[in-house]
Amino acid sequence: MRKFQILVLLTVTFLFTAAALAAEPLRIGALFAVTGPASFLGEPERNTLEMLVKEANAKGGLRGHKLELVVYDTQGDATKAVQLATKLIKNDKVSVIIGPSTTGETMAVIPVVEKEKIPLISCAAGIKITDPVKKFVFKTPANDHVAAEKIFNHMAAKKQKSVALLTVTDGFGSSGREQLKDMAKKKGITVVADETYGPKDTDMTAQLTKIKGSKADAIICWGTNPGPAIVTRNVKQLGIKIQLYQSHGVASKKYIELAGNENAEGVILPAGKLAIYDKLKQSDPQYKLLKEYEQSYRKAYNVEASTFGGYAYDSFLLISEALKKGSAPEQLRDGLEGIRKMVSVSGIYSMSPTEHNGLDLSAFEMVKIVNGDWEIAK
Amino acid sequence: MELADQIAQYLVSGLSTGAIYALIGIGFAIIYNSTDIINFAQGELVMLGGMFTLFSLNVLHLPLPLAILFAVAAATAVGVLFERLTIRPLKSPTPLALIIITIGGSILIRGITMMIGGKDTHAIPAFSGSEPILIGTATILPQHLWIFALTALAITANKLFFEYTITGKAMRACAVNRRAAGLVGIDVKRMVLFSFAISSALGSLAGIIVAPLTMTSYDVGIMLGLKGFCAAIIGGLSGGIGTVLGGLLLGVLESLGAGLISSGYKDAIAFIILLLILFIRPQGLFTKAQTERV
Repeated sequence: MRKFQILVLLTVTFLFTAAALAAEPLRIGALFAVTGPASFLGEPERNTLEMLVKEANAKGGLRGHKLELVVYDTQGDATKAVQLATKLIKNDKVSVIIGPSTTGETMAVIPVVEKEKIPLISCAAGIKITDPVKKFVFKTPANDHVAAEKIFNHMAAKKQKSVALLTVTDGFGSSGREQLKDMAKKKGITVVADETYGPKDTDMTAQLTKIKGSKADAIICWGTNPGPAIVTRNVKQLGIKIQLYQSHGVASKKYIELAGNENAEGVILPAGKLAIYDKLKQSDPQYKLLKEYEQSYRKAYNVEASTFGGYAYDSFLLISEALKKGSAPEQLRDGLEGIRKMVSVSGIYSMSPTEHNGLDLSAFEMVKIVNGDWEIAK
Repeated sequence: MELADQIAQYLVSGLSTGAIYALIGIGFAIIYNSTDIINFAQGELVMLGGMFTLFSLNVLHLPLPLAILFAVAAATAVGVLFERLTIRPLKSPTPLALIIITIGGSILIRGITMMIGGKDTHAIPAFSGSEPILIGTATILPQHLWIFALTALAITANKLFFEYTITGKAMRACAVNRRAAGLVGIDVKRMVLFSFAISSALGSLAGIIVAPLTMTSYDVGIMLGLKGFCAAIIGGLSGGIGTVLGGLLLGVLESLGAGLISSGYKDAIAFIILLLILFIRPQGLFTKAQTERV
């Protein structure tokens, strides 16, 4: 009889351990703007995440958990994003959500995940997503002010004391404009001209003429293509000799192609390291990871990896790291907050209860355009 | 840079952008003058000019002059097809229905171009280099001279065609009174088709010649089309000098506004002018009320 009891006890114990070993699958939800105006963000994000999940499952899962990925297309629409976030939580029972792709959508989704206590790792850059800190909300792209600070540090090193701003009148430009002005004040650099242009404008010589008259030491242009390319051409046309800085918004070869090699010569900008990984030193902590990502993305989709896809890569790595603390939503949240010095595509992440983005100045590298290619700026 | 030098540059910049608006505006005016339709798809034809040039340069590997010819021919074909498929089959062509059709058509053309050509912006090489030319202390690019020359050529040819050829006169007759024109033996439908062909050709040519400056993508037509429309309205929808002056005025005001007041209000300035003119002088700045256009 006693023998039988022991047997039962052993069997039960064994069953429990076995269940613990083959941990239950982790359900990851994703909200990306795969189609619509923001599809240049959502498409590489979805591709990257699908690639990573496939790779992880082929290797037997992430820290013992098989992954189940549910991706929904928000089309860049905040209302859809909220509906789909609710669907992910209520119907698909996901433990963590990656996305949405844009700041507007993320802000709309935040109340939902905060209420349902599901961690969200946004792929949008807006500073208000994690400032002030929300308990369940994280984001992977660096804040714009980090890029701004990089530029001003470079200016200070070159003893440039006054700056002219030329920013685009969309979300990216106006947020950049605010942060540039803030940061300039902190760094003791005077803003002598503050001009804007429309996203569809085709000629910025008027603004640049005014800037030329302002006697600034440097120009900072903040926008996404094609505006900055036109600005670069106009600067050349007007014979403006002062240093032109561009934002990380144009850190791609496309910008050089649109502006033309000879016009873009000498332009300096902060770039995410993915765009220029082959120019980094081999000893750079991110080098190996960037190379691996670039090459496997190129192999899977036959196009070059983009910074935006990198945001999804970061989110995936963050989840993988957070899984050490357990796979329930609350445990994942605590795990995310506890991450220190994690090397990823967009930079090196160190989270804390007061910091849910975790990137510092190392997220960007100042690069100079020389002969139509990047060179690390000195 | 002294203020006087700055103002010189504002004027030169304004005139060169204004010439682009004028060239696009003339396309609006031609269709209006022979059919009484405002063709809101005109901006898309401008876009198609640039996109077809890009296609023939990069995919067909044609030399630039041939690429331009191909692009004009292709865009004209699109314009003619557009008229055949959407304007002509209409049983009761009220102006409102026609205008709505052209808006629908413009969305369709834009959508198809996006599906086929993608969303990227593309650069097109300048016709004769991009070394700036000095005018006093102000600078312009060689491409601007091409735009000025083409605009001048377009209005002269336009004037000659509408004043001195039978077809041109017949087209004007259609605008004045469709039914009467039909009664005296003018093939009204053919004239409408002609006007679409001419304005498509002109629109696409404008698109081609501005593309090296503005670059091209599937959605450049919206803003360029609206600005061209403003120019045409200021000029009272005349196919001649009125629209050109309208375009130049718009360009100069935008540039001076951006330079002397604030660049934030640049587009607002254009549209405030448009509204003021529609309220106060709907016949345009340079025409007397109820006179014959062209």
